[in-house]
Amino acid sequence: MKKWMRCKGVAIAALLTLVVVSGVGCKKKLTNPFPASGAVAGWDKGEKTQSYDAANLYEYIDGGAEQYISAGVLGVSTSDYKFQGNLEATVDVYTMKTADGAKTIFDADPPTADSKSVQLGDAARLYGQSVVFRKGPTLVRITAFEAAPGEGDALMALAHGIEGKL
Amino acid sequence: MQNRREFVKEMVAGAAVLGTGTQFAWGQGKAAEKSKVVIVRDAKLRTPGPAPDEKRVAALLDHAMQTYFDAQNPVQPWKQVVRPGQVVGLKLNSLGRMLSPSVALVATICERLQQAGIKAGDIIVWDRGSRELEAAGFKLSNAPGAVRFLGSDTAGYEDAAVSYGSVTTRLCKIFTQCDVVINMPVLKNHNIVGVTMAMKNMYGVINNPSTMHGSACNPYIADLNMVPQIRQRVRFVVGDMMTAVYEGGPSYRPEYAWNEDGLVVGEDQVAIDTISAQIVERKRAEKGLQTLAQKGTPLTYLATAADAQHRLGTNDPTRIALIEQRIA
Repeated sequence: MKKWMRCKGVAIAALLTLVVVSGVGCKKKLTNPFPASGAVAGWDKGEKTQSYDAANLYEYIDGGAEQYISAGVLGVSTSDYKFQGNLEATVDVYTMKTADGAKTIFDADPPTADSKSVQLGDAARLYGQSVVFRKGPTLVRITAFEAAPGEGDALMALAHGIEGKL
Repeated sequence: MQNRREFVKEMVAGAAVLGTGTQFAWGQGKAAEKSKVVIVRDAKLRTPGPAPDEKRVAALLDHAMQTYFDAQNPVQPWKQVVRPGQVVGLKLNSLGRMLSPSVALVATICERLQQAGIKAGDIIVWDRGSRELEAAGFKLSNAPGAVRFLGSDTAGYEDAAVSYGSVTTRLCKIFTQCDVVINMPVLKNHNIVGVTMAMKNMYGVINNPSTMHGSACNPYIADLNMVPQIRQRVRFVVGDMMTAVYEGGPSYRPEYAWNEDGLVVGEDQVAIDTISAQIVERKRAEKGLQTLAQKGTPLTYLATAADAQHRLGTNDPTRIALIEQRIA
């Protein structure tokens, strides 16, 4: 049973990677969206990249999967990052069936007093400890786990690194 | 160096009582009395660092429990919740490192349970996902004679299904091992049901939670909590409101998180969920957001849980004796 589950997990990861790589309808051939360690100055990527499809998304966002499913999520890939060995962040790359699906999720989040729209992808918003952007059918959320000086610039640099690979 | 007892004594002595409520003995007179809900906050919880201080978390718990049970020491309340020889489960609601019952809170409860006569090996701390538990800072362990930290995903589920009303499900094997379960949710917004706290935490003890999110989880939440095996075991709620989320939940979203720096304790899960919803609504209003009903996520499951068919508790604020205290 465990072996079967492991095989299923590998198959899901491979499928999602294929989906992200093929760009879901985009003509451009794309690569893995996660910048390698050092590819963005100061940022190191964690060892693991985990992937979930619509059927097991609840294992990753317990209780929150339905919002994404109703917007047409195909899956999410996620990886941890660390900035200058200190600031930890998680990068979630959601692949939706359509650009409208990504817009639905993006628009569901109201701006806050300290958030601002930034130039990135089709639309992007920078918050105190996170940045969210969408590009075509892809929605990316980068979440830092603590407040730190210069955090916004660091998050934006990583976001640009990801956006360039989409 | 101040020891814990001195620290607690000092904190309790400095408490300012902001409200009072009707008291009732454990398990007695519930129908006639108001449901007591105790919330204790500590404005200096994060002193000196940005994270809650372990000693202050312990003091917060002790203060809340002693207030609820009108007890003179931190162990006495737990003797009214558990008995020696019982297997006690602490059902967490872990959503990663930033939105989970704190490690210090869980450690203090484990300590108090042992002081109340529960063997360490008879305490199980668990949640649905091992990954989330580890991310929240808990080290998975199944060592005999020690407190166990487990995920339902590795322990598995009972073969036999249980049911009530709209719910047919299989319970996780950790849950069915327990004689008593302490429900330990965290306060957060939920994009389907509005707010989740105590009752929805039981979605983490079953094999098919994803099938129960339709119609804003109504009547699933109420029906699930009516399943006899659940209703018999879940005896008390210790809700972590130190860090809470008012929008974008149930996942941790730093942009919508705030430090409530408090705990809520009580037996009536419907009352606790009702009060919790009010706290989230207040924060949403403060931030200029729509009410949960305007957003399309009214908490319809509360009325169902309180209705004549379920009688899981009360959602009527006039029947809730809310005691709010602030220490330090």
